[in-house]
Amino acid sequence: MPVAPLDLLDLDDLLTDEERAMRDLVRRVADDAVRPHVAGWYERGEAPVRDLTRTFGEVGLLGMHLTGYGCAGASAVAYGLACLELEAADSGVRSLVSVQGSLAMYAIWRYGSEEQKQRWLPGMAAGELIGCFGLTEPDHGSDPAGMATRARRDGDGWVLTGGKMWITNAPVADVAVIWARAEEGVVGFAVPTGTPGFTAREVRNKMSLRASATGEITLDEVRVGDDARLPEARGLRAPLSCLTEARFGIVWGSLGAARDCLHTAIAYATSREQFGRPIAGFQLTQAKLADMALELQKGWLLALHLGRRHDAAGLRPEQVSAGKLNNVREAIAIARQCRTILGANGVSAEYPIMRHANNLESVLTYEGTSEIHQLVLGQALTGVSAFA
Amino acid sequence: MNIVVLVKQVPDSGAERNLTSDDNTVDRGSANNVINEMDEYAIEEALKIKEAHGGEVTILTMGPDRATESIRKALSMGPDAAVHVVDDALAGSCAVATSKVLAAALGTLNADLILCGAESTDGRVQVLPHMLAERLGVAALTGARKLTVDGASLTAERQTEEGYEVVSAATPAVVSVWDTINEPRYPSFKGIMAAKKKPVRTLSLADLGVSADEVGFAGATSAVVEHSKRPPRSAGTKITDEGTAGTQLVEYLVTEKFV
Ligand SMILES: Cc1cc2nc3c(=O)[nH]c(=O)nc-3n(C[C@H](O)[C@H](O)[C@H](O)COP(=O)(O)OP(=O)(O)OC[C@H]3O[C@@H](n4cnc5c(N)ncnc54)[C@H](O)[C@@H]3O)c2cc1C
Repeated sequence: MPVAPLDLLDLDDLLTDEERAMRDLVRRVADDAVRPHVAGWYERGEAPVRDLTRTFGEVGLLGMHLTGYGCAGASAVAYGLACLELEAADSGVRSLVSVQGSLAMYAIWRYGSEEQKQRWLPGMAAGELIGCFGLTEPDHGSDPAGMATRARRDGDGWVLTGGKMWITNAPVADVAVIWARAEEGVVGFAVPTGTPGFTAREVRNKMSLRASATGEITLDEVRVGDDARLPEARGLRAPLSCLTEARFGIVWGSLGAARDCLHTAIAYATSREQFGRPIAGFQLTQAKLADMALELQKGWLLALHLGRRHDAAGLRPEQVSAGKLNNVREAIAIARQCRTILGANGVSAEYPIMRHANNLESVLTYEGTSEIHQLVLGQALTGVSAFA
Repeated sequence: MNIVVLVKQVPDSGAERNLTSDDNTVDRGSANNVINEMDEYAIEEALKIKEAHGGEVTILTMGPDRATESIRKALSMGPDAAVHVVDDALAGSCAVATSKVLAAALGTLNADLILCGAESTDGRVQVLPHMLAERLGVAALTGARKLTVDGASLTAERQTEEGYEVVSAATPAVVSVWDTINEPRYPSFKGIMAAKKKPVRTLSLADLGVSADEVGFAGATSAVVEHSKRPPRSAGTKITDEGTAGTQLVEYLVTEKFV
């Protein structure tokens, strides 16, 4: 009997019963609500984000690692396992959950006032309200400190002007966490998307993450009260801490996409025959499979280590960078290698590999590009910053 | 309303299942053990009744130690508590003995309504609900595809081959359900976390006053004498179309009495 790549070392032994139960639940939800449809969504470049959000809210997936306000209060490891199972279905669907839970909800949960938490979090946890997180701008990606969006005091409130680009969930969001520069430095707001002057246009023609809604936000003199400002957020450290949260989910999630590719490639290799026998019987194929299985498991162990540390003591940003850099890089390498095993079928939408590979191109770039994470690690190792 | 739901742990019917060679019982060691699928519908029905009418939902399971996994899984859907009848002497129990043990356990639970699946995917005998009702001296509404609760009166639509029958009874009663009755909910993360804190009471045969020789292999009224694997499928008949394939197909269907 062949063993599945992640069962090779019986890594499941490292999880608690509760973690396994949560993992199984997310796998079941993904099998029911995502897998049968996702290839079609991807092809059409659309996903039923609102329906999915509601389904995920019902089981408590949204903001599952946060406490109070209707959130489940699960462990970081359980959250990571959930991301892995979701991304095994599709990175776009995992992105929806990451942005909702780790970016939008986390920002409000961590930096919001009690009123803001009461207003937004229970509905977001239940999947009735969708959130997005606007940091990136057309001209400011890796270097958000240069942001051009401005927050100007106006009487008791604020006026926001500028624009955000590449914002996941923006076209369907009810609330946008918007980061802007004010006199006192970077400030954050929870902006209801119906506020006059706020528009979100869908970014079309993506060749990656096509089952995820991405938007361009325009802020044309958007007036909000001071009660929309996240009072505890001071400076760029606030949005960066949210990114650290979300990156942790990617450390796990990317492995899901890789696992799905590897499963597909193994199943294909054992049934596809060339030169009179299954291609799985060729040593070159086996070498590829063995190497990929190793990287997958090493990545999983790295993710679990970070998860256990996260639950025990919290993580330093460079630790999450190490996880994101390694696991996304290896996941994309696995996806590309698996593609070769499927030959021409590897480029067909009949199989999930090309979809995963294309998705991982976005995952490699968002939440800090690979290069930026190399710089974070380089700085940690040398004490010298190479950013500026 | 005090509701008890019978939950059985069974080997996953989606995977390959085997009997052990030494005593012809299900090989649980190699199987992936899950909640009997039909029982999830019974749990869902119980939770819906509780949501509408209040009360408590208790899971009752007879099974080996490892059945606790299924009990926790059932609790993660929302029931309040569980009772686990576990005793080494129970291994090999037949349906008659099982009904005796469950009836004794139910004797300690004071249930208004006992819900269960219409059958288990391993035994598939469909007799347990009837036996249980008989032992308890209460009504049996079996094979329900719909259940309505109005105070102490229960009305069920009993699914039959041709349609359905409407049957009713007063509580307490045993109601067994088919998978047409509802759509079981997913457990939730909160439910999974809460499940490990919910009370699970274990009862032995001694606790129930049932003697070991009435159950298990010793007391079984039926036994599996031998078993063998289903023979591998033989090659099918291949019809090459030389103009008469349609006729040949119809003839085949007629001889096999499919049409
Ligand atoms: C599908 C998708 C969804 C997204 N969702 C969101 C979202 O919800 N919210 C949000 O705020 N943003 C989101 N983003 C934006 C994402 O975070 C940015 O694209 C990312 O930060 C990189 O910015 P950039 O695209 O402007 O690239 P740039 O910063 O212009 O980088 C271009 C290249 O230059 C390299 N580079 C830049 N600076 C350096 C340096 N100092 N040294 C070496 N190399 C360098 C980069 O590594 C990269 O290879 C999303 C992006 C995508 C593709």
